[in-house]
Amino acid sequence: MNVVNDLRKTIKKLLAEKKIDLFVGWEKGSLPMAATPIFITNEDEADRIVFDITCGNNLSVYFTKDKKQFADKKVGIAVKGCDARSVVLNILEKQIDRANVVMVGVPCHGVLDKKKVLAKTDGREVLELIDGGDTVTLKGNGYELSSDRSEILSSSCLSCIYPDAQEYDIFVGEPRGEVPNENRLKEIKEFEAMSTSEKWASTRAEYEKCIRCYACRNVCPSCYCNVCFVDQNDPAWIGNTCDFTDSMVFHIIRNLHVAGRCVECGACERACPMDINLLLLNRKVAMEVKDRFGDVAGLDINGKPAMVDFREDEKQDFIMG
Amino acid sequence: MKKEFTPRITSFLCKWCTYTGADLAGTARLQYPTSIIPIQVMCSSRVDPVFLIKAFLSGSDGVLIGGCHPGDCHYETGNYHARRRFAIVKSVFESLGLESQRLKLSWISASEGPKFARVANEYTEEIMELGENPTRKNIFL
Ligand code: SF4
Ligand code: SF4
Repeated sequence: MNVVNDLRKTIKKLLAEKKIDLFVGWEKGSLPMAATPIFITNEDEADRIVFDITCGNNLSVYFTKDKKQFADKKVGIAVKGCDARSVVLNILEKQIDRANVVMVGVPCHGVLDKKKVLAKTDGREVLELIDGGDTVTLKGNGYELSSDRSEILSSSCLSCIYPDAQEYDIFVGEPRGEVPNENRLKEIKEFEAMSTSEKWASTRAEYEKCIRCYACRNVCPSCYCNVCFVDQNDPAWIGNTCDFTDSMVFHIIRNLHVAGRCVECGACERACPMDINLLLLNRKVAMEVKDRFGDVAGLDINGKPAMVDFREDEKQDFIMG
Repeated sequence: MKKEFTPRITSFLCKWCTYTGADLAGTARLQYPTSIIPIQVMCSSRVDPVFLIKAFLSGSDGVLIGGCHPGDCHYETGNYHARRRFAIVKSVFESLGLESQRLKLSWISASEGPKFARVANEYTEEIMELGENPTRKNIFL
């Protein structure tokens, strides 16, 4: 609770001192499992701010998708570790100006994955959720149960290495430090160990479910082309159906477009109504980028995103001589 | 025995080096297979991954990207970016279980007509070994 109080105080102070015109944070949602983003311009409203396991949205998405809102404004934003990396990336990609952003870091202990919660409650509706730190209490019609936090966390959080904002102006609460996460690459390693045909079969089983709703693209702070390649019709790069081919093309290209820019926030996976394991491929690409180029997306505000950078002496074992 | 067929290798060749190299191969009357379908691009870094996928979906058996040698790019750094992008595309293809041998990147300068002919020959042979792109018949493998 202290963190929330401190956060509210910080926002009030920033607004009072006119350091910011607007603060972007989370408020209690109308549904118990999802906090809602809120824009605060007025000190009194700051008391609506919350921060807990339900604050899954990566708020930096507004910087790229709602640019007009922020034109010439000083904006404060609450950032978890992954959100901060997104903001840094947005800055590096010249979507916003560092001088116009006040980043307020919050210590993140992971956000929930609705699908995992519903698996816990056997699909029964959750009417109230109490974030008690290590245990989370779920209440609904005629039942109450508590769950270990780790059992309902989003897969992105279970494999997170940087839960604290690495770039911030103010940090509220105690930073957690880097988490050595051995689990991070386990799933990829397992996947890589499969044979080619097994890989393809498992890819197919996963992506066949896609209904092309584009929720994953829309919540992604790194996906912000004015006209996405899937929406172009002259030339049309990709068919307009939910056929496996078309969906797969969408996902391969989206992955390549966010290569070196994906911060593994998991917003896409949580948004997906079809429960597709989207992070596997994202992590794989991130791993490849790190192995080859030594880059981690959004960590270094003085760096460059991996795919617009290069070194002359890079490994080029794949070149046809 | 493998069925004889003429592969289709969609080739994105940079205007300043590889395309000119291909021209040179032609004027020097070097033999190279008709499987190469050249498309001129201004720079190897112009090739968006979506071009590659589109080429495969449209029935290519292989894709070749040709650019200037590192350090020789007409735009100074374009081929370095192309190289990074290509490395990632290839690894994604591999990790999904797609045939990444059907993707090639080669540095061929404007004066390397013979090299162009050799790459074209070798790549064509390799694709003949692999056989037709399965997506030709039943869309995406
Ligand atoms: S692709 Fe998914 S995990 Fe990566 S930045 Fe976008 S929303 Fe986050
Ligand atoms: S959110 Fe899920 S179903 Fe919707 S387009 Fe993305 S992967 Fe497909």
